Amino acid sequence: MITVKDIHKSFGKVHAVRGVSFDAPDGKITALLGPNGAGKSTTLRVLYTVLKPDEGSANIDGADVVTDSLAARKRIGALPHGAGLYPHLTARENIAYFARLCGLDKAEIDDRVDQIVKLLEIGDFAERRTKGFSQGQRTKVSLARALVHDPQNVILDEPSNGLDVMATRSLREIILKLKDDGRCVLFSSHVMQEVAALCDDICIIAHGKVAIDDSIDGIRERTGCDDIEDAFVNAIHRVAPE
Amino acid sequence: MMGTTFTVFLKEVLDNFRDRRTLSSALLMGPIFGPILFAFVINLSIERSFESAESTLELPVIGQEHAPNLVAFLRSQNIDAVDGPDDTAAAMEAVKTGTYDVVLVIPAEFGEQLSEMIPARIELVSDQANSDAERDARRARNALYAYQRLLSGTRVVARGINPRALQPINIDEVDVSTPSGRSAMLLGMMSYFFVFAALMGGMYLAIDTTAGERERGSLEPLLSLPVTRDQLIYGKIAATCLFMTLSLMLSLTAFYVSLKFMPLEQLGMTPNFGPDVVLAALAIFLPFILVGAALMTLVASFTKSYREAQTWLSVVLIAPTMPILIVSILTLRPRTEFMFVPSLSQHLLLVDMVKNEPINALHVAISVTSTLLIGIILTWVCARLYRREGLLG
Repeated sequence: MITVKDIHKSFGKVHAVRGVSFDAPDGKITALLGPNGAGKSTTLRVLYTVLKPDEGSANIDGADVVTDSLAARKRIGALPHGAGLYPHLTARENIAYFARLCGLDKAEIDDRVDQIVKLLEIGDFAERRTKGFSQGQRTKVSLARALVHDPQNVILDEPSNGLDVMATRSLREIILKLKDDGRCVLFSSHVMQEVAALCDDICIIAHGKVAIDDSIDGIRERTGCDDIEDAFVNAIHRVAPE
Repeated sequence: MMGTTFTVFLKEVLDNFRDRRTLSSALLMGPIFGPILFAFVINLSIERSFESAESTLELPVIGQEHAPNLVAFLRSQNIDAVDGPDDTAAAMEAVKTGTYDVVLVIPAEFGEQLSEMIPARIELVSDQANSDAERDARRARNALYAYQRLLSGTRVVARGINPRALQPINIDEVDVSTPSGRSAMLLGMMSYFFVFAALMGGMYLAIDTTAGERERGSLEPLLSLPVTRDQLIYGKIAATCLFMTLSLMLSLTAFYVSLKFMPLEQLGMTPNFGPDVVLAALAIFLPFILVGAALMTLVASFTKSYREAQTWLSVVLIAPTMPILIVSILTLRPRTEFMFVPSLSQHLLLVDMVKNEPINALHVAISVTSTLLIGIILTWVCARLYRREGLLG
C-alpha cells in the first residue's frame, strides 16, 4: 500500500510536482498517466526514496519515505526509468547481486534467482554477460532484479518503453500475476491504451498536478468522452500550466 | 553493515577484473610506464657520459702544418686533427651555425713564437652557451693545457730546474657523495611513478562509483535498495584501494626487476632497492592509497559524465607531483613539517631509503598518521556527498 499526500518538488526554478496525492492499494494495479514532463518520474523517484519531497509526505506500508527511508526501501521493488545493468556481469550475477544487497542469505539467493529467472523467462540468456542485451532482455533482467527480494510494493517507471509486442505482452502478464498475489503495483506510462487494458485505478497527471484519479469507467463518465484517448486529452486540459 | 559493504566490494572487484580497460590501466599501463621511461633516461645518460670519453674526437684544425708536434700530441690524447674551415672568420661562422662544435686555429707564426719563447698564440673557437658542444671544447682545451704543461716542463728541465717547482699546489679532490647518494637524484623520480601507478590503478573504479553508475543507469536501481549509501560508497572505495594497491605492488616489482638490468654502477650509482626496501616502500605508500582513492572518487562525483570525469582525474594525476617538484627544485632537506603532506612525505622517506640513510622514526610516524587521517577525512566527505540528490545528475 502506497500513500502519497500533497507532495511538491522543484528543481531550481522548475516546479516539477505541485501537490500530488493518491493511494495505491494492495491487490490493485495503479497507473500514473501523463504526458512527457508531467512529473510522473519525479513522483516515483520520491517514492523509491532517491529524491526528497520539498513539501508533503508519502509512505510505503506506513513507512515514511523521508524519515524512515530504509524501512520504506525494504518494502519496495523499483524499476527506474532507463535502468541499466552491469555489462561485465551475467544476467544471473546482476540479479544475485541485488538479492544479496537486499539481505537474502546465500541459500535463499540461489532459489529466489532460479524462481525469478523462470517466472520472467530469462533462462535462455541468464548465464550470458549483459553487454549487448536487447532492450527487452535488459528490461526483463532489471525487473527480475527489482522483484528478487519478493517486495510487497512494486514501482515501475515506464516499464514498457522500447519493448516489442511480445515483450510488452509478457510484461503485462507479470504485472497481472503480481496483482493476483495481492501486491501493490504502481507504474507510470504515457500510453492511455496500455493503461486502460491493465489498470484498476488511473491517476492522470499534467503540469505536476493530479487532473483525475479514478477507475477507467469513472474517467469516461467524468470527462463525458467514450473514447479513452479523448478522455485523456480532456483530463489533462483541466490542469492549467504554472 | 560490514556484510553489505563487503558484498559491494566483492562485486566491484569481480566486475573490474572482467573489464579490460580497468585491467590494462591498473595492471599494465600504470606499473610498466615508469620503469620503461626510467630505463630510457638512464641509458641515455650512460651513453652520453661514455661516448665522449672513449670515442676519438675529430677536431677541425686550421694551420696544422704550422704545429706538427702539437697535432701529434693531440693524436696521443685521442683527438684527431681534421681539415676545417679556411680561416678564423669562417671557423667562427661554422661554430655559430653549429656545423662544428669547436675549431682550433694555429697561426703561421706559431712555431716562430714558440722558439723565441714569446707566448705563442692559438685560437680555440667554441660556443660556451651551448652545453652540449662545450663538452668537446673542454676536451680540446684540457688537451691544450696538457701540451702547455709538457712544454713548460721541458723548458725548465733544460735550465736545470726541478719541474715540480711549477706545481706549487697539489689539489686533491675528495668526493664525499656515496654511490647510493648519487642515485638519489635520478631515483627520486621513482616515487612519482609509484604515485602515478597507484592512481592509474584506481582511476576507472573511482569514476564508476558516481559518473559511471549514473551514465549506465544502474545508480538509481542501486540507490533504491534497502541499504544505506554509506555502505555502498565504502565498499566501492575499498575496491578502488585494492586495485590501487595491486598496481602499486606491480610497479614496485617492475622497478625492482628492471633496476637489476640497468648498468647503474657505470654511472657511479648503487641504489639501495632490495626486497626489504621494496616492502618498506609499500608500507609507506599504503596510507597514500586511501588519500588517492578518496580524492579521485570525490573529484569524479562532481562531474556530469564519464568523459568529464576522465578529464578532471588526469589533473588529479598531476597534483601529487606538485609538492615533490617544488621541494626538488628548491633542493630542500627533509623537514618534520613536510611529513604532514601526503605524497611529499612518502617521496622524501623513499629518497632516504634509496640513499641508504637512517630513517627518522618520528618522520615515518607523522607521515603515516597524517596521511591516513587526511584519507579518512576525504572518505567521510565522499560519503556525505554521496547522500546528495544532485548525485543523480
